[in-house]
Amino acid sequence: MEFFIITGIKAALVAFVLLTTAAYLVWIERKVLAHIQLRVGPYRVGPHGLLQPLADLIKLVTKEGVLPAQVNKFYYLLAPFLAVALALVSISVIPFGKQVEVFGYKTYLELANVNLGILVILAISSVSVYAVALGGWASNNKYALLGGLRSSAQMISYELPLALAIVSPLLMCNTLSLREIAEAQAGFYFGLIPKWHIFQMPMPQLLAFIVFLIAGFAETNRVPFDLPEAENELVAGFHTEYSSTNFAAFFTAEYCNMVTISAVATHLFLGGWNPPLPEVISNWIPPAIFVGFSLLAFYHATQTSPTRPWDKYTFPVLGVVLLGLAGIFTLPLLRDALTPLFWFAAKTGAILFLFIWVRGTLPRFRYDQLMKFTWTFLFPVSVVQLLATGILVAIVN
Amino acid sequence: MDAILFLIFAAIAVGCGVNLVVQRHPISSALSLVGVMAALAVLYLLLGAEFMAAAQMIVYAGAIMVLFVFTIMLLNAGSERKTDKALFARLFGVPALIGFIVLIGFLIRTLLPKTENVVFGTFTEGTARGVGLKLFTEYLLPFEVTSLLILIAILGAVVLARKEI
Amino acid sequence: MPSSVPLSWYLILSAILFGLGVAGFVVRRNIITVFMSIELMLNAVNLSFIAFSYQLRQVDGHIFSFFVMVVAAAEAAVGLAIILTVFKNRATLAIDDVSSLKN
Repeated sequence: MEFFIITGIKAALVAFVLLTTAAYLVWIERKVLAHIQLRVGPYRVGPHGLLQPLADLIKLVTKEGVLPAQVNKFYYLLAPFLAVALALVSISVIPFGKQVEVFGYKTYLELANVNLGILVILAISSVSVYAVALGGWASNNKYALLGGLRSSAQMISYELPLALAIVSPLLMCNTLSLREIAEAQAGFYFGLIPKWHIFQMPMPQLLAFIVFLIAGFAETNRVPFDLPEAENELVAGFHTEYSSTNFAAFFTAEYCNMVTISAVATHLFLGGWNPPLPEVISNWIPPAIFVGFSLLAFYHATQTSPTRPWDKYTFPVLGVVLLGLAGIFTLPLLRDALTPLFWFAAKTGAILFLFIWVRGTLPRFRYDQLMKFTWTFLFPVSVVQLLATGILVAIVN
Repeated sequence: MDAILFLIFAAIAVGCGVNLVVQRHPISSALSLVGVMAALAVLYLLLGAEFMAAAQMIVYAGAIMVLFVFTIMLLNAGSERKTDKALFARLFGVPALIGFIVLIGFLIRTLLPKTENVVFGTFTEGTARGVGLKLFTEYLLPFEVTSLLILIAILGAVVLARKEI
Repeated sequence: MPSSVPLSWYLILSAILFGLGVAGFVVRRNIITVFMSIELMLNAVNLSFIAFSYQLRQVDGHIFSFFVMVVAAAEAAVGLAIILTVFKNRATLAIDDVSSLKN
C-alpha cells in the first residue's frame, strides 16, 4: 500500500513539474527567439511576461473547440489524447537524481526503475508517430494529410540513426537501465576530465551525441526538421484543423517530448547527474551561480528605465529569492539531494536551450533534402561510429 | 493481480482483434491491430519476456504498423464496398470460427500435460542479456541468415516500388 | 478470484487470435486488411511461442518469435511494395478486382 501512495505522490509531482516546465519552456522559447531577433517578446502579462503561459492556457481552454465537417470524430479526438498521453508516459522511466531520504523513507528520484528504460523510451517514441499521422489523416484536410504523411516517413527514417546513436554508449556501460547508465559515468580521468560518455575512453562518443541530437530534433518535429507542420507551405501541417484544448494537447506533447529527449541525451552522453568537476569544487558552483544571478538582479534594479516601471520592485524580489536558493544549496543536509538534481536540470536545460537556439538560427530543410540527409549521411555515419565503438570496446575488454 | 492483468489485456486483445475483422475501413483495422500488439506486449511482460515486449512495441507497433498506416494514407484507401458474398460468410463462417476455437480449447485442456500457473517474476531469463546470449551463441547462423533475408527484402521493395515498372 | 491464471489460458487466447486472423483473411476484401490479418496470425503464434518458453523456462521461444518478427518485417516491406505496384497499375485495392489471370 505504501508503495502505491509513494508512487502516486511521485507521479503527481513529476507530471506537475513536467507540465510546468513545458509551459515555461514556451515562454523561454518566445523570449530567447525574441532576443535573437532583437525584440522583447511577451512582456505584458505579469513582470516580463512571466504569467504569459497561464494566460495562454486560459485562452486555449476557454476557446470553442471546433469540430470540422466530415472528420472521423473518434480518430480526430483520439490523436491529441494519444500525443499527450505518450509524451507523459515516457518521462516516467527517467531518473532525476540519486537516492534521497524523505521523512525517513528512502526513495530514488524517479518514477520507475525499468531494466529496459532506454528501450521503453524508444518504444514510446516510435509509437507516438501514430498521434501525428492520425491527427493529419482524421482532419479531412489536404494540408493536414500531407503533414501526417511527411511526419510518418520522417519519424521512421530518423529513428534508425537515433537508435544506432543510443547503442554505442550502451556498449560501454553494459546496461539498459537509465539509472545504471548514469551511475556508470561517475568519476574522473586524472581527477579532472569527467567520465561522461562523450569523453569516455576508449571511444569518446561525441559523434554519437551529435547524431542523437540531430535525430532527436527530427523526432520531436523541431526546426530545422519541422516539415510536418511547416507553416509557410502546409498552413500548420497535421494540426491545421485543431483548436482549443486539442491544439493545446499537441502543443504540450511537443514540448514534453523535447524535455524527454534532452533528459535522455543528458543521461546517455552527458553523465546524468554527475558533476562536471570534482565534488570539492562543483559543490560550490550552484550557490556561486545563484549568488551571481542575484547580484545581477540587484544591479538591474538600480538601472530602471521609464519604459520598465515595474523593474525596481520585481528585480530585488528576484534577487532575494536567488540568494535564498544559494543558501539552500550550502546546507549540507539538502546539498547532497539537490546538487545532483541541479546538475541534471542544468544539463537538460542546456540542451533545451540548444533546441531554441537552433530554431532561431537555422532555416527549414526541403523535404527531399531531409530524406537524403538521413539516408545518405546520418545513417552511414552512425553505422560507422557504432562499428568503431564496438571494435574498440571489444579490444579493451 | 496477475489474473486481473491477464483478463484485462486478453479482453483488449480479443476486442481489438474482433474490431480488426469487423471494421470496413483499413485505418480502423490497422489501429485495432496496434491495439492487439500493445495488449500482447503487456502479456509478454507477464510471461517474463521483457525484451520481446519491447521488441514487439518497437518493431511491430512502431515500424511495421506505421508502414501499413503510411501506405493506407498514401493510397488514400477508402472503406470497402459491400459484397453479396458476406451472407454466406456470416451463416457458415461464424459457427466455423467458434467451432475451431472450441476445438482448440478442448485439445489444449485434454491433450496438453498439466500446465502450471503463470506467476510474474518466476521466469527472469527473458532480459536483453538472456536473449542476446542465446541469439549470438546458439542461434548465430540463423541470425546472420535473417540479415541476408532483410537485404533481399530491401532490394525487392526498392525494385518493386520503382517508378518505371 | 484466483491470483494467477494457468498457462493454458494464454494458449487459448492465442488460438482465439489466430482464428480471428483466419476469419479476417477470408472475409475482408481489402488487400491491406487481408495482409494485416496475416500479421494478426503471426502475433498469435508469437504469443504461443512465448507461453511455451515460460513453461519450459528457456529463452528459445523468445528467439523463435524474434525470428518471426524479422520475417514479418521483411514480408511487410515487400508486400506493401507489391500493393503499391498493384495500386499504380489498377487503381484498386479490392482483391476481387485483381483477377486478370482468370479471364
